[in-house]
Amino acid sequence: MSTTTTDLQDEIDTHASHDDHHHGPEKGLMRWVKTTNHKDIGTLYIWFAFTMLLIGGAMAMYIRAELFQPGMQFFDPQFFNQMTTLHGLIMVFGAIMPAFVGLANWQIPLMIGAKDMALPRMNNWSFWILPFAGAMLLSTLFMEGGAPAFGWTFYAPLSTTFAPDSTDFFIFAIHMLGFSSIMGAINVIATIMNMRAPDMKLMDMPLFVWTWFITAFLLIAAMPVLAGAVTMMLTDRNFGTSFFDAAGGGDPVMFQHIFWFFGHPEVYIMILPAFGIVSQIIPTFARKPLFGYSSMVYATASIALLSFVVWGHHMFLAGMPIGGQLYFMYATILISVPTGVKVFNWITTMWRGSMSFETPMLWAVAFVILFTIGGFSGLMLGIAPADIQYQDTYFVVAHFHYVLVTGALFSIIAAVFYWLPKWCGRMYNEKLAKVHFWWAVISVNVLFFPQHFLGLAGMPRRIPDYSLQFADFNMISSIGGFAFGASFILLTYIIVDCIRNGKPVNGRVWESAKGLEWSVDSPAPYHTFDTPPTRKQILEETSHIGH
Amino acid sequence: MLGKRFSPRLSFITHLKKNLAFVRIILLSSLLTPQFVQAEYGLNLPEGVTSISRDIYSLHMLIFWVCVGIAILVFGVMIWSMIFHRKSRGAVASNFHESTAVELVWTLVPLAVLIAIAFPATKVLIDLENTEKADMTVKITGYQWKWQYEYLDEGVSFFSSLDQASKDATRDIVARDKHPNYLLDVDNRLVLPTGKRIRFLMTSNDVIHSWWVRDLGVKQDANPGFINDSWAKIDEIGVYRGQCTELCGKDHGFMPIVVEAKSEADYKTWIAEQKEKQKAAAAAGDREWTKEELMAQGQKVYSGSCASCHGVTGQGIPGVFPAITGSPIASGDVKTHINIVLNGKAGTAMQAFGKQLSDSDLAAIITYERNALGNSAGDIVQPSTIKSAR
Repeated sequence: MSTTTTDLQDEIDTHASHDDHHHGPEKGLMRWVKTTNHKDIGTLYIWFAFTMLLIGGAMAMYIRAELFQPGMQFFDPQFFNQMTTLHGLIMVFGAIMPAFVGLANWQIPLMIGAKDMALPRMNNWSFWILPFAGAMLLSTLFMEGGAPAFGWTFYAPLSTTFAPDSTDFFIFAIHMLGFSSIMGAINVIATIMNMRAPDMKLMDMPLFVWTWFITAFLLIAAMPVLAGAVTMMLTDRNFGTSFFDAAGGGDPVMFQHIFWFFGHPEVYIMILPAFGIVSQIIPTFARKPLFGYSSMVYATASIALLSFVVWGHHMFLAGMPIGGQLYFMYATILISVPTGVKVFNWITTMWRGSMSFETPMLWAVAFVILFTIGGFSGLMLGIAPADIQYQDTYFVVAHFHYVLVTGALFSIIAAVFYWLPKWCGRMYNEKLAKVHFWWAVISVNVLFFPQHFLGLAGMPRRIPDYSLQFADFNMISSIGGFAFGASFILLTYIIVDCIRNGKPVNGRVWESAKGLEWSVDSPAPYHTFDTPPTRKQILEETSHIGH
Repeated sequence: MLGKRFSPRLSFITHLKKNLAFVRIILLSSLLTPQFVQAEYGLNLPEGVTSISRDIYSLHMLIFWVCVGIAILVFGVMIWSMIFHRKSRGAVASNFHESTAVELVWTLVPLAVLIAIAFPATKVLIDLENTEKADMTVKITGYQWKWQYEYLDEGVSFFSSLDQASKDATRDIVARDKHPNYLLDVDNRLVLPTGKRIRFLMTSNDVIHSWWVRDLGVKQDANPGFINDSWAKIDEIGVYRGQCTELCGKDHGFMPIVVEAKSEADYKTWIAEQKEKQKAAAAAGDREWTKEELMAQGQKVYSGSCASCHGVTGQGIPGVFPAITGSPIASGDVKTHINIVLNGKAGTAMQAFGKQLSDSDLAAIITYERNALGNSAGDIVQPSTIKSAR
């Protein structure tokens, strides 16, 4: 195995030496269109994700404005449904997933001592599909009949027989987003398997690389299932098939089975890389090796396997036989075991460390606490009989925003603060970044915590107007929402200010950080690891081995 | 009076409102809005009024306290560590980073806790899935956006949709504040007897809906073409409210459920009344109606059955719901018009209203649509015409 890798590496080196491989980036706009450089493509992904985050966030602001008080204030219920639908789709497929792919592009080659991603041209393509898919999805807003208004889960037959014409554009957009994700995942796997420094064993790899490696397999397995679901929708809508129509022998519940067979792995696609990020940041600022490295790897793999066999817990009330409900309940609550192991490992890593709380650490700690709160509500939701009272209420809304906003999104923000100085060679404004952290972390809890109460008090999700007893918590939640939304203006300023005016930093941005990415200059040169790192270097940069 | 309104329990929230809800306070004197006094700031599930809802409540509280216990332990250790193991306090980092024994403990202990929770959860699930031995059966059918209730043993059947007062109040803040059950009130309540084991059958006529009444501990999806079931035995007389909980299109937020639990004797009286009403409605179709009567009745039924899609003024929503105003059907051949209202249009949201409304109501709607909303076909439709067209 190791000879093969070395041979391949040699071959690439020889091949590369024919070209002028010490050139810098091309000038102008064409640099970004034609680039095959993993750092450029990572940057493109991250800015795209950030743009989509702001667009999806603007939709959330509209939703919270409409729900600020009872009554229909601004637009009609149909438009409200379009907003909840597009908000969900854009945040999942436009913001969170591309942001993680962007981080993978930047960091994985740097962390495994590779020159670049294994498939650079495909890398370019998988990014450049995204803006077109995103634009097509957004264009539905301007079509007659409006954008899709059936929720991001697009349950049939609301999304087939009863949906606006623009739904076909939505289907095509989902197909393209799926292509992009699958190509990104193939690239990650190919890179880790083939481009890793010859002297780096799998169990030497940093946790971020490990979690992305596992995530990439989830993507390859799950995205085609989604493509199948939307294709069946397409033929049901346009070619007279009846996959999801009981009148023609189909079954609307089958749609839910297919959707959630994709949908549940999907939520782990959005959280496993987050686990990896936090596992990089906490040891750095606790100045202590990650506790239980190998158990972290095994826990991630267990979660990934379990994620394929628990989809039914989204459908406890769809008319599932009792045996199915019992099985899915047991399998679901079982996931809390490996997830618990991860949380315990992070906390033990902090225990008797020598901690300091720079901005990335603050976000990582907030992630551990708030993601765990989302995990608790997840455990409650997993109990099938109790789910009767929680399903499709604001309790669920609170749950998945705790795991996706204070979980996935917070980890992405943590990663950006952690690695931004490496990317641009400059330090952000620590004082402002801390103000931003406290602003965001307080407002996000004002935003989402009361939604637990709203759900238990009986407020269904996806409603544009509500009865008066829900007025107060909705108003509090909206105020938190506006404050959280505004925090992104400050975040934008901090990032732009860092890129333009930040103080230059050296290669090892964080004095206690270990990892190959810190052994190169800051900003990371356009081409890194032309010669792979030695075993000695790898051992020095891998704190969990030996000592 | 003012002092009473500001009970200490509400003071925090009231204080917040005073500071933050400036828009409302400018709009009207907020002290006069009844919702301040009536609102119950629910933080938790209620226990409910059926054995199922109480079982679910105990289960909910059990898991909740287990989570609180774990949270105190985990976050406690974490916060302790964050306070005492800081670099700024001179803490020196240890280097331990592996222990199979510890990993085993925090794998096996949570597993044991989960198994302990799984036992009562399984018991409750088995009980609530057992819909046998029912004393009576109610079939619930979801429509965009109303519910149909059929008492299968009695032959009584009716539709239940959002009350007119709530509809009027969606864009009227004064009316809203005067309506104690805004969006949680209906025109026809589902009346059920206490002390009887009632089996519910759920299905749908169009998209997926979900029927939820929290106090009964019943929530079940209503799928088109399939039937789900559920059961409840209500212990206390009272009115219990709920809503549709599966996104079902534009007016998903506007299809509430109101269950009125009566003593068995009162329930029987009510059933007898319903049977009389159904006879009277059938009789109304046997006589000739004047145009004025048809138009007046038509406006009423139109706003209940048609306006949510086609709009109060008949404009519809372009690209989603066609307009009635200027529609070739509403101004063309009356037979086509009767046909589409009676039988709906397959593959669209247009329902078959022949199954839902009486001859006289259908005649009234069609007459109204042809002679109002900007149309002036001039003809009228009699209930007898509808009867023969069925």
